[in-house]
Amino acid sequence: MAHATLTRTTEASGPEPARRSRGRRHRGEDLTKLLFVLPAVLAMVALFGYPVVKNLLMSLQDYGLRTFFTGDAPWVGLRNYTTVVTDNLFSQAMVNTALFTVGSIAFQFVIGLGLALFFHRRFPLGGVLRSLLLLPWLLPLIVSSATWRSILEQDSGILNRTLTGIGVIDDPVPWLNSPSVALIAVIGVNIWIGIPFNVTLLYSGLAEIPAELYEAGQLDGATGWRAFWYITWPNLRAVASVLLMLGVVYTIKVLDIILGLTGGGPANATQTLATQSYERSFIDFKFGEGAALSNILIAISFVFAIFYLRSTRRAVDE
Amino acid sequence: MTDSTVRRGVHTVIGVLVLCVMLFPVYWMVNASLQPSGNTLTAGFLPLDPTFAGYRRALSEQGDNLVTSMIIAAGTVVLSLAIATPCAYALSQFRSRWVSAGLLAILISQMIPGIVIANALYTAYERLGLLNSIPGLIVANCSSGIPFAILILRSFMLSLPPSLVEAARVDGAGLFRAFVAIVLPISKNSLITAGLFSFLFSWSDFLFALTLTTKGGVRPVTLGIYQYLGTQVQNWNAVMATAVLSAIPAIVLLVAAQKYIAAGAIGGAVK
Repeated sequence: MAHATLTRTTEASGPEPARRSRGRRHRGEDLTKLLFVLPAVLAMVALFGYPVVKNLLMSLQDYGLRTFFTGDAPWVGLRNYTTVVTDNLFSQAMVNTALFTVGSIAFQFVIGLGLALFFHRRFPLGGVLRSLLLLPWLLPLIVSSATWRSILEQDSGILNRTLTGIGVIDDPVPWLNSPSVALIAVIGVNIWIGIPFNVTLLYSGLAEIPAELYEAGQLDGATGWRAFWYITWPNLRAVASVLLMLGVVYTIKVLDIILGLTGGGPANATQTLATQSYERSFIDFKFGEGAALSNILIAISFVFAIFYLRSTRRAVDE
Repeated sequence: MTDSTVRRGVHTVIGVLVLCVMLFPVYWMVNASLQPSGNTLTAGFLPLDPTFAGYRRALSEQGDNLVTSMIIAAGTVVLSLAIATPCAYALSQFRSRWVSAGLLAILISQMIPGIVIANALYTAYERLGLLNSIPGLIVANCSSGIPFAILILRSFMLSLPPSLVEAARVDGAGLFRAFVAIVLPISKNSLITAGLFSFLFSWSDFLFALTLTTKGGVRPVTLGIYQYLGTQVQNWNAVMATAVLSAIPAIVLLVAAQKYIAAGAIGGAVK
């Protein structure tokens, strides 16, 4: 758009010599334009294209500690994939990844929607409170992990002290030390981290619904729950589907929180595909197997990303 | 009238209560950082007898790491903005069939797990001698800074009227000169926002710090906290004090980005 207008202006008002050199200048301009995007293209290729290709190659190689000394990485076909998939931990990691992702997103979304609806009613200090709510989302994940470690500490953490104090529980709950509750605790922390993002996006979605719709609805008797069901929800669907898909894509690869809270333990109760991939690459130095796992992770998020891209396109069209 | 005032007041009270619940962990972090040292958490609800022993210990043990994080984050901001800004301008103002392809590539890049990037960069850095180096971590952190900066800067630059640059072009300024002299100054607020977010991403980075450093030397503060947590925690007050110090950029961002949002709204209204 800008370019077309520019060219026309130069043509109309430009003096004769300028017009003669237009061809050369045009080519020079194309080159300048290329220079605008070239650094970013190179960076994206180096930081995303190269890693994806490299992971694909590594996953087909016996790429381990030895490789770093000898430079040798023999091709092994799909052996890394069969190794990781047949591992005892794989099914548990898959189940944990699914529980972690679904549990986090479901609660983040429902609580986020509730809070967005609440803040959508205008009241004094509402804007300030809503922006302060963003803080948990902006904190470094390892800071949140450290803080929650101290809160969930079994013997002296404030949560257990409060719960025993008011008589809800008799004995302290080993939140992060028991295989049966650790995953729930980790999901809980991740819900806390994700609520602000959900509130912000859903709130902006609510703000875009025209007030006339509600006024018209009121005349037809659509108030309260009916107004939500027949007016709010249909108008929020586009935002909601984008948010849910983004949630999956971001949650499925979460690593910091789990490493900070439990390190995948106790007894592998909080191992996910992401933590497994990390361990195989950087603890066991079996980069081939780590790459195979992370490729499985990419494949899963790719499926969801297709939904995501389709839903954004629909949102844009609307 | 009074009835609705009361109802709105009730809403404010509920809102404050919700916020107290949601921000309780942040309060607890500050509270625990002001307690005397020890490996148990005996803190009461209020730091009635505050001590800065935790902060003294945090600064002496993690001071260098905080500086390292600061340098890496600042480097990430400079490199990310230098690379992303011209590209965002191109994606917002140049007409080309590549624009939507570029945007699609950025969206797809968001799905790639950090561990994939870490896997590949580790092997590359090992050859290039970039492991345990600040430049290595800066480049790695640009993987979160660049795509985000492109998106946020582009969305702002879409609203720039083409006539702005046109005027300069008629005066004979080249495309690049016009970009530097006109587009950059007018994009100041969005550059600040993109810069602050890049800073925060890089400052918060834990994965690259964990995987792309193998020995002491270069150790960002997130890794310092992780190592505190590694075994039995010895000094909760020092851990929490480090956490508080690491949270400061997030709080600054919250204030600064708020200002940008307001500026954007006003800019849109005035047009």
